[in-house]
Amino acid sequence: MEDTKPQLLKVTIDGIEVEVEPGTTILQAARKIGPEVAPPAMCYYQPLKGSGGKCRACLVRVAAGSAKDPRPMPKLVASCLTGVQDGMVVENTTNPQVVDARNGIVEFLLLNHPLDCPVCDQAGECDLQNFAFDHGKVTTRYEEDRRTFEKKDIGPYIQLHMTRCILCYRCVYTADQITEKRVHGVLGRGDAAEIGTYIEKAIDNDFSGNVIDVCPVGALTDKTYRFKNRVWFSKPVDAHRDCPTCSGKVTLWYRGEDVIRVTARKNEWNEVTEFICNTCRFDTKKTSDWIIEGPTKIARSSVISANKYRADAIKPSFGQRLAAAEYKPIHDERDTSQLGIQ
Amino acid sequence: MATKILTEHINVPGIETFDVYRKQGGYTAVEKALKTMTPDEIVEEVKKAGVRGRGGAGFPMGMKWSFLAKPEGVPRYLVCNADESEPGTFKDHYLMKNLPHLLIEGMIVSSYALGANKSFIYVRGELMYVIHILEKAIAEATAKGFLGKNILGTGYDLELIVQPGGGAYICGEETALLESLEGKRGNPRNKPPFPAVKGLYQSPTVVNNVESIATTSWIVNNGGDAYAAIGIGRSTGTKLISASGHLKRPGVYEIELGVPVEDFIYADEWCQGIRPGHKFKALVAGGSSVPILPANLALTLENGDKRLMSYESLSEGGFKTGTMLGSGGFIVFDETACIVRNTWNFSRFYHHESCGQCSPCREGTGWMEKVLHRIEYGHGHQQDIDLLVDVARRIEGNTICPLGDAAAWPVASAIRHFRDEFEWHITNPQEATQPGAVYRGEMALV
Repeated sequence: MEDTKPQLLKVTIDGIEVEVEPGTTILQAARKIGPEVAPPAMCYYQPLKGSGGKCRACLVRVAAGSAKDPRPMPKLVASCLTGVQDGMVVENTTNPQVVDARNGIVEFLLLNHPLDCPVCDQAGECDLQNFAFDHGKVTTRYEEDRRTFEKKDIGPYIQLHMTRCILCYRCVYTADQITEKRVHGVLGRGDAAEIGTYIEKAIDNDFSGNVIDVCPVGALTDKTYRFKNRVWFSKPVDAHRDCPTCSGKVTLWYRGEDVIRVTARKNEWNEVTEFICNTCRFDTKKTSDWIIEGPTKIARSSVISANKYRADAIKPSFGQRLAAAEYKPIHDERDTSQLGIQ
Repeated sequence: MATKILTEHINVPGIETFDVYRKQGGYTAVEKALKTMTPDEIVEEVKKAGVRGRGGAGFPMGMKWSFLAKPEGVPRYLVCNADESEPGTFKDHYLMKNLPHLLIEGMIVSSYALGANKSFIYVRGELMYVIHILEKAIAEATAKGFLGKNILGTGYDLELIVQPGGGAYICGEETALLESLEGKRGNPRNKPPFPAVKGLYQSPTVVNNVESIATTSWIVNNGGDAYAAIGIGRSTGTKLISASGHLKRPGVYEIELGVPVEDFIYADEWCQGIRPGHKFKALVAGGSSVPILPANLALTLENGDKRLMSYESLSEGGFKTGTMLGSGGFIVFDETACIVRNTWNFSRFYHHESCGQCSPCREGTGWMEKVLHRIEYGHGHQQDIDLLVDVARRIEGNTICPLGDAAAWPVASAIRHFRDEFEWHITNPQEATQPGAVYRGEMALV
C-alpha cells in the first residue's frame, strides 16, 4: 500500500528548522519549536474558529516565502493566519523590525488599558502582562486622557470592566461558537468601540462562563471569585465529574480546604481546549462534587509560572532602564575623597 | 478638446432617463457584448485596455477579473463599490447622479463577462437620493428587457440590486464592504483568501469601483486597443478628477491621463488656476489619504520635468518627493491654509472612521489626532513632532487593511514637507492660536 502521509514542509524560524504538516500556520510551527520563538498572541485562540489577525502582536517577517519563490514578503505578516510554505524562512525575535513593531503594539494596547495590575483580578493570568513584560517599555509617551467606562451589569456571574478591554474579540467568538442565544458583541467604532450586551440583557446561558477563561486581560472576570484571593496563593487541582452538559474536566482552585474557583483546564499556551458549563464552573464548589485527579501541572510560559520574576531571569536592561527612569541625582558638592568612599 | 469617455453626454438634458440615454448610443455595448462576444473575449478586451482600478489602489482591472476563481456549481458575484466617502473625492457620486444608466450598462457588460447572475451596487447610505435615481434607472432598464431574465433573448439572466451602506468609510474597503453586504459589522477581513477566491457569501467575487465599471461599455464598443491608445504609458484611458479647494473653478473633470498637473490647475479648460490674489501652497493629489506635497514638488519632478496626472508620474520619487493618484480627489491649498489644522482635520476623520478591529489603527489614529489637536491649539511640545512620525511609522503596514496607512501617510508627509509649520505652532502658541493665523515663513509658493 502506498504511503498516504502528507509531505511535510520544512520551515525555519529564527534559525531553527522544524517540519510541519501542510496547512500549519507560522504561529503553530513556532509553538512546535517552543515558547522561546513562539510569537505572542493576544487575540488568536486556537480552539476558536476565525480568531486571530486583530491584535497584530504576532507579526513576523518572512525573509523567504518558500523554496520555490524565495522572495521576502514586503510587509510584516500576522503569523497566526499565514500558512507555512516549504522552505519558508521566518524571522521572529531575531529581526529588529519585528521587535520594534511589537514594542509599538504593546504601547498601543497600553494607551487605554490601565496598568492597575495590583488591583486587577486577572493578576498573574494576564496575557497582556506577559506581553508587556517581554516587549514593553518602562514609560509611556501618552499624555492624553484615557478611555474609561462605567461598570455595566451583565448578569450574576460575569463582571465586565470595559476599561481594561483590548477588543481582542475572543469573547465574541466564544459566545458565537459555543453558546446559544448570543446577546453580546462589539458596539461602536474605533477607540470608542466596546463590548456590550443587547439592550438590558444579561449574558446568561449554559456556557457563558467560558468568556471569562478566554479573556486575555481583566475585562471579564468571575463574580463568584473576584477578589477572594490571588492566583498564586491558591492551589490548583485537576478534577472531573460526571456532567450531562460538558466534559466535566476542570481545575479546582483551593484555598485551604475550600474550593474558591473552578476553571476549565488550560494548555501551555493559556488556551482552553475543552470548554465547561456554568453548572460545573459556578454551582459545584464543594470537594464532594468532584473526583480529584491530582495537582495541576502548569506548563504555561507566563511571567509567573516561568518564574520570570526570579532575579537572574529578569533581563538586565529592564532593571537598568527602570533605575534610570527613577534615578534622581543628588547634588553633593562636598569633597568625599577623604571619606574612604570607593 | 480632450477625449471624453464617461462624461461625453453628461450635459444632454434628460440623460438620466432610459430613452434619452438610448438615443445617445446607450446600451449598444450590452447588445454587442451579449450577442456577439463571449465572456472571455470581453475580459481580454479589458486586459488589452490596461484600465486600472479607479477606486484608489490602481490595480489592473483585467488582471483582477482573470484571477476570479471559477469552481463548478458556485455562483459568482460582481459588486460595485459606490461607497465613495474620502474627503475630497466625489466623482462617483457625480457620475451616478448624472449618468445612472452608464453604470448600469457597465454592470451588465461586466457581470456577463464574469459570469455573474446577481450583482450588487453598494452605495453609501448618505446618498439616498442617488439610490432612488439608480433604482428608477434599474426599473427602466428591466422594463426594456436589458435586465432580469433572458436579457435581449440571449438567455443571460442578471438581477441588479442596489444596497445602501450604513455610512461608514471603512465599508469602502472591499472586504469590509462584503461583510457589510452580508449584513455583518463592517470589519475588514484578513487576506488571503482574496475576494476573487472567497468573497461575498464565500463565493468568488469581483469588487470594482463605479468609474472602473462605467468604462467597460466604451471598451466593449471601441475595443481595448482604442482605450489603451488614450493616456500615457501604463496609465491608460481617462480619469475623473474631483478638484476642490482654493481653485478658481473646482469641479469634476474628465481628463486624459498624462496631462501635466500644472495645466490641470491653470488651464482654462479645467480649474483655471488658484483663486485670484493667492498663491499655490500645497496639493493633495488623490484624496485625503495620500501624502501631501508642497507646490514645487506637486508641479515638477526632482529632475525638473513637469509632473503629470498619471499613476507613475505622481508616485515618482516614492513618498519622499512623490504622492499617489489614488481616487483622484484633487485638493489644492493656497497660502491661507494652515497645514497643521488641515492635518488634524484629516486625522480626525480617520480616527472617527477606524473600525477598531486591529490595535495599531484603533489606538494609533486616536493618539495622532489628540497630539495634532494639542499642537493646533498651542499646547504642543517639541518632541511631539517626532512622536507623531514614530506613531505613524508604527501604524503603517502593520494593520489588517489600508486604513492604517491612509491615516498615517497624511501625518507623516505633512511633517516631512511642512515641519517648520509644526515647529512654529509649538514655539509660537500665542500667535498660532489666533483666529485665522497661518504660518508665513520660508516656503515655496507658486
